[in-house]
Amino acid sequence: MKLTLSDVQKVARLARLKLSEDELSKSVEQLGFILEFIDTLNDVDTDDVEPMAHTAELVNAFRADVPAPSLDRNDALANAPQTDGRYFLVPAILEGA
Amino acid sequence: MSLTSKSATELAALQKTGQVSAVEVTRAFLDQIQQHDSRIKAFLEVDEAGALESAGEVDRQRQAGQPLGPLAGIPIAIKDNLCVKGWKASCASKMLASFRPPYDAHVITQLRNAGAVFVGRANMDEFAMGSSTETSAFQLTANPWKAGYTPGGSSGGSAAAVAARMAPLSLGSDTGGSVRQPASFCGIVGLKPSYGRISRYGLIAFASSLDQIGTLGTNVTDTALLLQAIAGHDARDSTSVDTAVPDILSNLEQPLQGLKIGIVPEHFGDGLQTDVAQAIQTALDVYRSLGATVSEISLPHSRYGVAAYYVIAPSEASSNLARYDGIHYGHRSEKYQGLVDLYETSRGEGFGDEVKRRIMIGTYALSSGYYDAYYVKALKVRRKIANDFTDAFRSVDIIVTPTAPATAFPLQEEQKSPIKRYMSDLYTTTANLAGLPGISIPCGLGQDGLPIGMQLLAPAFEEDRLLRAARMYERETTPLPSPLG
Repeated sequence: MKLTLSDVQKVARLARLKLSEDELSKSVEQLGFILEFIDTLNDVDTDDVEPMAHTAELVNAFRADVPAPSLDRNDALANAPQTDGRYFLVPAILEGA
Repeated sequence: MSLTSKSATELAALQKTGQVSAVEVTRAFLDQIQQHDSRIKAFLEVDEAGALESAGEVDRQRQAGQPLGPLAGIPIAIKDNLCVKGWKASCASKMLASFRPPYDAHVITQLRNAGAVFVGRANMDEFAMGSSTETSAFQLTANPWKAGYTPGGSSGGSAAAVAARMAPLSLGSDTGGSVRQPASFCGIVGLKPSYGRISRYGLIAFASSLDQIGTLGTNVTDTALLLQAIAGHDARDSTSVDTAVPDILSNLEQPLQGLKIGIVPEHFGDGLQTDVAQAIQTALDVYRSLGATVSEISLPHSRYGVAAYYVIAPSEASSNLARYDGIHYGHRSEKYQGLVDLYETSRGEGFGDEVKRRIMIGTYALSSGYYDAYYVKALKVRRKIANDFTDAFRSVDIIVTPTAPATAFPLQEEQKSPIKRYMSDLYTTTANLAGLPGISIPCGLGQDGLPIGMQLLAPAFEEDRLLRAARMYERETTPLPSPLG
């Protein structure tokens, strides 16, 4: 399937990636090649095959529901670009806030 | 013989018998780094003070007669996607350039308990995406065997550090071959254990169903020593499997009687460098001389491994890397308008080309309308690949393949198409897709003077068999010379 510029723009939006004009046009070509390559998977008959998301195929690893110490607030905030010492700070997202 | 030319096992014995101190060993490796790393650039950062302090502590404990772990006073290099408290963990990305994890990865805790000395952060492909260490945002690492050649990747810094004897051991991670391929290119031993054998807690995620922490060292015994120290269940990684870890070291010298080796004829076809094919055939003769039988087996779906991998790994990556939002940690753009623009510009600036490319592929494969056609399809092919191995291991004990189709390629080679680069993962991705343990061991030098690696694969959780088979070959053959002369 042929990929268009608007397809790539849509994917970049979904991925929350700002790409330059140059990156976008390169992506059309490169993703196109990669998808064409991936299409070889269609040569494999996979009727009646269960998808394998995981090789361990474990089901529900439970643990006891007991409180335990978690990451200290200062440690959790230490790498944040912007905080007020108590919370992560983000730009206003509500109109008039 | 200098200390840096000795194996980890020998260095541990010398310390145990009091012939050399941990500080002396650590200094020798730090000197080697000082002397060679300005040229090789395996390390993003060297923690000289921290390493000497840990080594001093080992010496104090030894003098006080306290019990010490199996890696006491052994320097180890750490791939920069593993969390070490107090260090940065950048994944060789601008996104995490100044990130300092607030905790130790499980393997780091295990190694601290074993007495290991951490010498520095090893360079890698950005977020482990690449096979040459060239996608690192910070520096190019050189192959110690030949200036201007890649050490392989993504654990290229870890492999180059060991090959240049700047550390006797290192940790890497392997999602599609990222420990085995650089081990092959650098002429050392690289092990990717079974999926679930080692806790991934504190390994910065790339593709969670494929990622596994691996070891790099100069020989099989050191590999077993390091594996033994880090393997085992950890409740903090729910995919780490709760089965007993066998005592691999004590069985290592026991050859496997009547070993049945499988080879896949298609693995030796087009695209395989002639001298690599020849080296593997010569290695198979060594096994035959030890009483092993070699028979042809079929892995009919392996040829789809790379395509399945390049759907599954980017899909998981696009999800895992969604956490880099410019808010909790990592790069935040200085210029943005509103929240969504903050995400988009921070991510656009923080990630390099290869990471962006894979996030794009993964996002596309998981997007509405394509999920079944790409992602689910790839997961079905994955099961067929895994089933092929299950069938094959009914008739053979191990499978032997080349680790990579060629020896190391030049750095900054004219930009090949991504597909061509991806095909260099031909022999390695299937072990990740099927969760199998795989090891690359050196089996000679190519016509270009660069090392060739042989890959051995075993059924899941059969590391014991895998390493014994590797050791059988190693014992019969002469080790490669040092690349530094």
